Amino acid sequence: MITETQTPEDSKMWTARLRNSWQRNLPIDKLLPDTQPAYVASWIYVFGVLTLVAFVDILISGLILAFAGPAWYHTSSLGLFVNSLHFWGVQLFFVFMVVHLWGKFWMAAWRGRRTATWITGMVAFLASIGTAFTGYLIQTNFDAQWIAFEAKDGFNAVGVGAFFTPTNIGQIMLIHVALLPLVLGVITVMHVLMVRKRGVVPPIDALPGNEAL
Amino acid sequence: MSGWLSDFMNVPAKYIHFNSWLQISVSNLLVILIMLAIFAAAILIPFPGAHSKSPSDRGDK
Repeated sequence: MITETQTPEDSKMWTARLRNSWQRNLPIDKLLPDTQPAYVASWIYVFGVLTLVAFVDILISGLILAFAGPAWYHTSSLGLFVNSLHFWGVQLFFVFMVVHLWGKFWMAAWRGRRTATWITGMVAFLASIGTAFTGYLIQTNFDAQWIAFEAKDGFNAVGVGAFFTPTNIGQIMLIHVALLPLVLGVITVMHVLMVRKRGVVPPIDALPGNEAL
Repeated sequence: MSGWLSDFMNVPAKYIHFNSWLQISVSNLLVILIMLAIFAAAILIPFPGAHSKSPSDRGDK
């Protein structure tokens, strides 16, 4: 609550503290920039946003598949098309993400207090592998059945079979459609906000003062 | 599915064996090679509108 003698910046309410912290760390011109440093004009800097585009394709096509169900996407022409959009979107998602990862690894993108950005990217990569794996388990075909029974033995062998049951389609459906996309979405938002806060990492040999495009 | 794509895909995976300790399917190897090619292209192909040299390098200071 603000009294008459207080300014909004003086308020101790959590909303004011959060707002002030956000404005200090990520002002709107940093959040939505219209220029980038000159070194960003390279194709290698495009693959992060390409990964995001593929992610959006996967989310939208996956939503349609989940609503319409396997009886639709295994039989109708449109269902097979949306199923293919989902599948090939995943292939492109991983190709773009791996090229993005290689590019950032070789430019040591964790420099300049960007460790958390690098780590959230790594966690997003691991979450993506889990999401893709559970996707293969809910294809509702013989391929899914084969993978589930192979994975069951693997999980039992490492001692986590009591928690993860690849043959339980209800559990895997929940993990693939709700849990992991939510985790991946939250991590991705954090990753992008960190990139906005610190800026795009400069090349190792970038000259000082070469920031303007 | 029919045609050359069907002939290419609807068969058991072919594997390449390196010595006795490493084996990889031809399709997985192809994907890795394609990713490496895209990575090299992203480094080497100039970005449209990018300045290749600074003004001092071009002599128009």
